[in-house]
Amino acid sequence: MNPQRTLATAGRVLSQVRHDPRTIVLLLVVPSLLIGLLAWIFSDTPVFATIGPGMIALFPFIVMFLVTSITTLRERRTGTLERLLSMPLGKGDLILGYTLAFGLLAVAQSAVAVGFAVWVCGLTISGSIWLLLAVAVADAILGTTLGLLASAFARTEFQVVQFMPALVFPQILLGGIFLPRDQLPDLLRIISDWLPLSHAIDALQAVATDSKDAAYVGGELLIIGAWIVGAVVLGSVTLRRRTP
Amino acid sequence: MVNKSAPAVDVIDLHVRRGKHPVLHGLSVSIPRGVVVGLLGPSGCGKTTLLRTIVGVQVVQSGTVTVLGVEAGSASLRHRVGYVTQDASVYDDLTVRQNLQYFRAVLGAPRSDVDRVLALTDLISQAGQLVGSLSGGQRSRVSLAGALLGSPDLLVLDEPTVGLDPLLRVELWTLFHQLAAAGTSLLVSSHVMDEANRCDRLLLMRDGEILADDTPAGLLASTGTEDTEGAFLALIARHPSVDTSDGIAS
Repeated sequence: MNPQRTLATAGRVLSQVRHDPRTIVLLLVVPSLLIGLLAWIFSDTPVFATIGPGMIALFPFIVMFLVTSITTLRERRTGTLERLLSMPLGKGDLILGYTLAFGLLAVAQSAVAVGFAVWVCGLTISGSIWLLLAVAVADAILGTTLGLLASAFARTEFQVVQFMPALVFPQILLGGIFLPRDQLPDLLRIISDWLPLSHAIDALQAVATDSKDAAYVGGELLIIGAWIVGAVVLGSVTLRRRTP
Repeated sequence: MVNKSAPAVDVIDLHVRRGKHPVLHGLSVSIPRGVVVGLLGPSGCGKTTLLRTIVGVQVVQSGTVTVLGVEAGSASLRHRVGYVTQDASVYDDLTVRQNLQYFRAVLGAPRSDVDRVLALTDLISQAGQLVGSLSGGQRSRVSLAGALLGSPDLLVLDEPTVGLDPLLRVELWTLFHQLAAAGTSLLVSSHVMDEANRCDRLLLMRDGEILADDTPAGLLASTGTEDTEGAFLALIARHPSVDTSDGIAS
C-alpha cells in the first residue's frame, strides 16, 4: 500500500465520473427527488416526520451500492484490473482508492439529500444536523464498500444488479421503516440487529427526534464503521493477482 | 547481479489448466534477452495462457517459470515487465493522456514518460481525446503505450498488431526492433503467419506444445519450405503425436 497510488486511483475514478455528467446529475439529484416525492405523498399526514430520516439513509445507500458494484465489475471485465494487478498496485490501493472517490461523491450526495429534506421538504431535525450528515455519509460509504464486495461475486452486469434485491431489500424491510424494529417478531428483530442498515436508520431517527445522546449515535456509527472495514477487507481478499 | 546472458524467460515443464481443460502440458521454452521473439500459432493453441503465466497472472498447476532471473509473478517484476492484453485494457471514459498518467503514477515512472510513450506510439495528436472515441487500432496503441511506461526490461505483447492497417503494423514492428536494440526483450504473439519474418526468433505453437524454436531462416531451411505457413504445415505433418493424444483426450 502506498498513499500516492491510492490517491492516483481515487483521482482516476473521479476523472472517469467527471466525463459522465449524466451519472453525476443522477447521483446528486435522484435521492432528493425521491425524498421530495415521499414528502408530497404524505403531505397531509404525520408519516413523513417518522420515515423521512430513514429515507435519508436509504437512497444514498442504494444508489452508491449500484454505482460502485457496476463500476468495479466493469473494471474486472475490461481487463484493466488484470493490467493493474500485474503492475505494482496494492490491492488495498485499489479498494481504498475506490472507497475514497465514491466516498467523496457520497458526501456531496448526502449533503444535497439532507439539505433538500430539511429545507425544502420541511423535515424536522431536533438534533444536530451535522451528526445527521455524518450518519448519512457513513451510510453511503457502506453502500460503496458493500457494492465493491458484491462485484467480486458477479460475472455479469445482470448478476450484479440482482444483488440489489438480494442484499439490499431485506435490510430495507427489516430496517424499521415499515414497522418499528421493536415490534418485529423476535427472530426477525435479532436478524435486523445484525444488519448495518438497521443501525443507520436507528441513528438517523435518534438524531431527528433528539431522543438519544451523542454517545448512542456514536455507537451506531461505530457499528456501521465496522461493517465498512469488514467489507473493505473481504473485498481486497477477493482480488487475486493470479486467476485461473 | 543477474547474469546478462541468462535468458529473459525460462519455462520448464509447465502444466496449466483453464477450467477443466488442460491447455499447457509439460511445456518448456527459453526466451533470449534483447531480441524480438514471435509466438505464433492458431487461435486457441495456448499462446495467451503462456503469456499470462510469464506475466504472473495465471494460476499454474506445476512447473517453474523464471523471468529476468526471478520467479514469475514476483513483486519485483511488476516494475520490469510490461504486459499488453489481447483486448485493449484501457479506460474508455478517460482521455489518452489521463489513462497514461494514471498508469504512470501506479508504476512510479517519471512524469516525462507520458510524453515519451505518446511519441513512440504516434498518439500525440490524440492525447486529449477520450479513448472511447478512438478507432480500434488507436485504442490498442494506447494499451501498448501504457506497457511502455517505465521502460520495462521485458515486454509481453498479446497480438498487438491485430486489426491494424499494414502501414501501422510496419511502424510497430520497427518500434519493437528499436526497443530490442536498446536492450528490451520482447515476446510478441500473433496468429498471422506472415508476421513471422519480422521476428528475430520464432516459437511455433500448437495444442499447448512448442513445435519449433528457431530463427525464421533456420525454420525454413530445416523444413525445406518457402514460407512460415508452409513450415508450420510441414511441422504438423512431422508431429502426428499431437493429433493422436488430442484424439484420445477427447
